Amino acid sequence: MTLLAFDWAFIIEKLILIIIIVLTTLLITLYTTFGERKVAAILQDRPGPNRAGPFGLLQPLADGLKLIMKEEIIPTSASKWLFILGPGLAMTASLMTCAVIPWSTEIHLFGRVIALQIADINIGLLYVFAVVSMGVYGIMIGGWASNNKFSLMSALRAASQAISYEIAMGLALIALLMSTGTLSLKTIVADQVSGHWWNIVYQPLGFLIFFICAMAECNRTPFDLPEAENELNFGYHQEYSSMKLGFYLFAEYVNMIMSSAIMASMYFGGYDLPFFDESTVAPNIAAIIGVGTLLIKIVLFVFLFMWIRWTIPRFRYDQLMNLGWKKMIPLALLNMLITGALILSKL
Amino acid sequence: MNTLEILFYALSAFAIISATMVLISKNPIHSVLWLILVFFAISGHYILLNAQFLAIVNIIVYAGAIMVLFLFVIMLMNVKKDKEPQKQLWVKLIGVIAGGSFLTLLIALVKQNTSFQGRDVLLKEGSIGLIHPLGQALFTDYVVPFEISSVLFLSAMVGAVIIGKK
Repeated sequence: MTLLAFDWAFIIEKLILIIIIVLTTLLITLYTTFGERKVAAILQDRPGPNRAGPFGLLQPLADGLKLIMKEEIIPTSASKWLFILGPGLAMTASLMTCAVIPWSTEIHLFGRVIALQIADINIGLLYVFAVVSMGVYGIMIGGWASNNKFSLMSALRAASQAISYEIAMGLALIALLMSTGTLSLKTIVADQVSGHWWNIVYQPLGFLIFFICAMAECNRTPFDLPEAENELNFGYHQEYSSMKLGFYLFAEYVNMIMSSAIMASMYFGGYDLPFFDESTVAPNIAAIIGVGTLLIKIVLFVFLFMWIRWTIPRFRYDQLMNLGWKKMIPLALLNMLITGALILSKL
Repeated sequence: MNTLEILFYALSAFAIISATMVLISKNPIHSVLWLILVFFAISGHYILLNAQFLAIVNIIVYAGAIMVLFLFVIMLMNVKKDKEPQKQLWVKLIGVIAGGSFLTLLIALVKQNTSFQGRDVLLKEGSIGLIHPLGQALFTDYVVPFEISSVLFLSAMVGAVIIGKK
């Protein structure tokens, strides 16, 4: 029977890896919401959540419990299946990115070498881009299925914003691809670890473009036009309640963590701890150090996202479109030209 | 049947069922969503053919960009099924007969062609769908058609901007 001729240990290993990575991501997300409230509190000179548990550390659990206990409401005029599909799709699309992120080098366990990456595919960068472009469906379907004109307007805004900024993001990725010569995230990180400078040195403008576009793709302030409450009440998730609303809110934080991980891997050396030779310690310890380093980089990026959110006010819609089409895209094209010229001059 | 064949048949069934649902859905939004699933099934076929680059570009361009625009337009026009003029039965019948004849013609052509007979699909082989060989083929053997089509796209873009400015 050829059907069962798999390497079953491989499948089990990958399954465990997927479960661990997804659960860790969700746990970190839980505490990112807490972090967001604390950062906001510090920036606004107030204590922030401090009642549930020591230092308010149980606050995210209380929030989650509150969301689950609330009544589920599906509006009678809503399109029922699509209304349920929307938040699920948003969450799935944001979690799917973690499949190609190299979390660290490999660990040796029970005589097996386990790479700490779910899938090393030779089109990793494009996979990330494809998943990002899928993310907008969750918002569009949810906004349309609610059968509410504010939700629909907000969903359309979200879609046009995502499409506009995806172009500049793709052009920034092309410049990175030109300088690294590979699409596999594992190779990109490995090249940065083995002696080369981090890619930020070669692609500073590309990183800036990618960072701004990532902020726009995550619908973070100053790009949170889809949920501009003073114009659109609450945005595309206005009709949602209970955990379906929770999924939408959570997906934003998962998106933030995933784009931080992607940026850290592509431009800031991924799991590479600077000025430290990983080959001097045992491989398992090196792998653990790598995971820790990547997590610290992710936390720093997430903090940057929050810092910007609580500092800069929201754009107007025409400003957003002007920035996307008239500034980011020409800048990304210029970045591509400069990269091409530098590569040619080195030949 | 090995794993590849099972995957092949499952993906084909998935693609055909989704494509049928595109046609028979009354709501245009549902049709678009089914069409996205068709693109995913086709991308799965590309992966079986060892053409990962084509698979992911199919998802990015068709499922990710063009279908979002479709959804966008349909949502903006707010097409409702009760307002939509329903076609007469005989118009539908003519469509079915014309489409069915074309399908018969295609099947007959494939069956007649001797170069197709007794050959299996090449699964997990070949490298033309990977980024390196494809790029090399496009920029060496097919560089003139490639550049001409990009100029065509550029002119279409300029035209769209001019129409939009009016």
